[in-house]
Amino acid sequence: MEKGQRIRVLIGKVGLDGHDRGAKVIAQALRDAGMEVIYTGLRQTPEQIVEAAIQEDVQIIGISILSGAHTYLLPRIIELLTREGAQDIQVIAGGVIPEDDKTLLKEAGVAEIFGTGTSTRDIVKFIKQLHLEGGLQE
Amino acid sequence: MDKDKELEKIAQEKGLWENKHFSGKPSKSSEKQGEGVDSEVEFQRLYTPDNLNLDYLSDLSFPGEFPFTRGVQPDMYRGRFWTMRQYAGFGTAQETNSRFIYLLKQGQTGLSIAFDLVTQIGYNSDDPLALGEVGKVGVAIDSLADMEALFKDIPLDKVSTSMTINAPAAILLAMYIVVAEKQGVDPSKLSGTIQNDILKEYMARGTYIFPPVPSMRLITDTFKYCAENLPNWNTISISGYHIREAGSNAVQEVAFTLADGIAYVQAALDVGLEIDKFAPRLSFFFNAHSNFLEEVAKFRAARRVWAKIMKDRFKAKNPKSLMMRFHTQTAGCTLTAQQPEVNIMRVAFQALSAVLGGTQSLHTNAWDEALALPSQESALLALRTQQTIAYETGVTGTVDPLGGSYAIEKLTEDLEQAVWAYLEKIDELGGAVRAIELGFQQKEIQTSAYRYQMDIENQTRVIVGINKFQKTQEDPPKGLLKINPKVEQEQKQKLAAVYRKRNQAEVETGLLRLEKAAESTENLMPYLLDCVRNYTTLGEICDVLRKVFGEYRQENTF
Repeated sequence: MEKGQRIRVLIGKVGLDGHDRGAKVIAQALRDAGMEVIYTGLRQTPEQIVEAAIQEDVQIIGISILSGAHTYLLPRIIELLTREGAQDIQVIAGGVIPEDDKTLLKEAGVAEIFGTGTSTRDIVKFIKQLHLEGGLQE
Repeated sequence: MDKDKELEKIAQEKGLWENKHFSGKPSKSSEKQGEGVDSEVEFQRLYTPDNLNLDYLSDLSFPGEFPFTRGVQPDMYRGRFWTMRQYAGFGTAQETNSRFIYLLKQGQTGLSIAFDLVTQIGYNSDDPLALGEVGKVGVAIDSLADMEALFKDIPLDKVSTSMTINAPAAILLAMYIVVAEKQGVDPSKLSGTIQNDILKEYMARGTYIFPPVPSMRLITDTFKYCAENLPNWNTISISGYHIREAGSNAVQEVAFTLADGIAYVQAALDVGLEIDKFAPRLSFFFNAHSNFLEEVAKFRAARRVWAKIMKDRFKAKNPKSLMMRFHTQTAGCTLTAQQPEVNIMRVAFQALSAVLGGTQSLHTNAWDEALALPSQESALLALRTQQTIAYETGVTGTVDPLGGSYAIEKLTEDLEQAVWAYLEKIDELGGAVRAIELGFQQKEIQTSAYRYQMDIENQTRVIVGINKFQKTQEDPPKGLLKINPKVEQEQKQKLAAVYRKRNQAEVETGLLRLEKAAESTENLMPYLLDCVRNYTTLGEICDVLRKVFGEYRQENTF
């Protein structure tokens, strides 16, 4: 695949949460699946995530969060993307996110939420499918 | 027949037996799915006396005797059970106080505080970086006022308290001491633990604030202060737990933890502390993962290696300096959101491995922790699991009941050798701190974590309910804990009241003195105590220290 055609993904840790095992495993799995992956490291604010996503020209942001702060931080990222005119960048999330909150987050614009126990293959499949369906900006 | 001849004969007979039943197939390869261990140490088909390279008196000896392979107490659980210590904390100090009082009434024997991330990273609840995080993964503590509420009606001379706090550990300890003083309890009577282990924060857990050098200074300041004033306080809990949770295998968990331990001991010696003055108060914290036999062997191996390090490398003389005392928590990362009731069984087996491995205290996870923070009911069930092991199973009737098992002793040996190999490697790199700066441990952990996940996805590792025995339709779990959504608001109001009530001039003088002391090499504990007494907030204190010490920025090792 040509470099220009590779799906570009930003994997981010937002807020104060230090659990980065999942984020790193997903980042590596997406890279192994041929995607271009940027990993932000820990303790990013929503502002920093959005800025990095725009600067790196990614098509999709994957946020890992296990601290329970998702109900504030995820909608905030989407709000900032919209404000910057970058609402085409899709946002997916993973971590410990209770069922009840999933509905709320999807309504806020999160494309998909992958809970504990998800296979990295399912995430790769989801992103590729979204790409095929034209859900990712070129 | 003499011993060597007997072993030779056994080896010979074993060869014949292997040929007869397995026609020479190698013993190490797993014969079915789900076998084998998740470290570099592999199971053999069968362990026999000739596998062991064991000298009973020097390698095992007796419980309570060097090298403590069989346990740190002569009578272990025949004398007293391990401390049942469930980690808890959420929302406001008042809510957590109610959970503590509930758990104590249910027979829990020690407290263990979970702080929210805002507290762990040294901010106040009204800081912009705290948005969305206040009271979420633990209790929010901004000032002494919160600490007073947290321990309301809990006499601090009657409980032992463990605090999972690292970068600002000295400050939270100062608050605890002042609460005790206000209750009329002499600080010398206090017993408990601060985690105070910054090195694993850089490599695995992520709640660092300051760079390594000033962080190590804060740690040695607490060692020194406690040696003089809090003789029953565990000044550090050198933690492998989070290293394992971050994805390491069992060998890496022990090796990286002990390498950190070596770094702390060296740092304390470098500032002039005497080994036998502080070493008896060092404690450890390990993970109890799923591979039962490997875990039992891991705990035994860890004790043996540490005893040798303290004796041979650091020349410690006091037997208490050589003893590795440790807390254990069952492995959170093994809990599944799918068919979560199965977690009850996972936790029970993991807890049993910790008990058979000789732990001093234990936290059993609640079954619903892959879904939310534990509810009161699930937390109670987790405690009951420990009580069942202690009171019903009979495993506490004799000390180190698995000692002498060919398999356990050989695994203990194999793990020990693998740990030494890593320790040598880290020494070659210049010690734990330097190796962390180079990203060595981080990369090793990351590689293991990825392999673990791929093993699950390739079905070479079976997780019940995840890649085998799945349910087509998961039932929605019931009774999960919901964090009071108003906690952030309430906490900010409480903080505003603190700002109003305190003497601002005293606060400012205290902070100035602290700043001066931080710039010197003086012990910071007395200055921190003065600050917290005046209701100076955690965020204000950490801001001053951030100004003097700077902040740590993580190298991106990915």
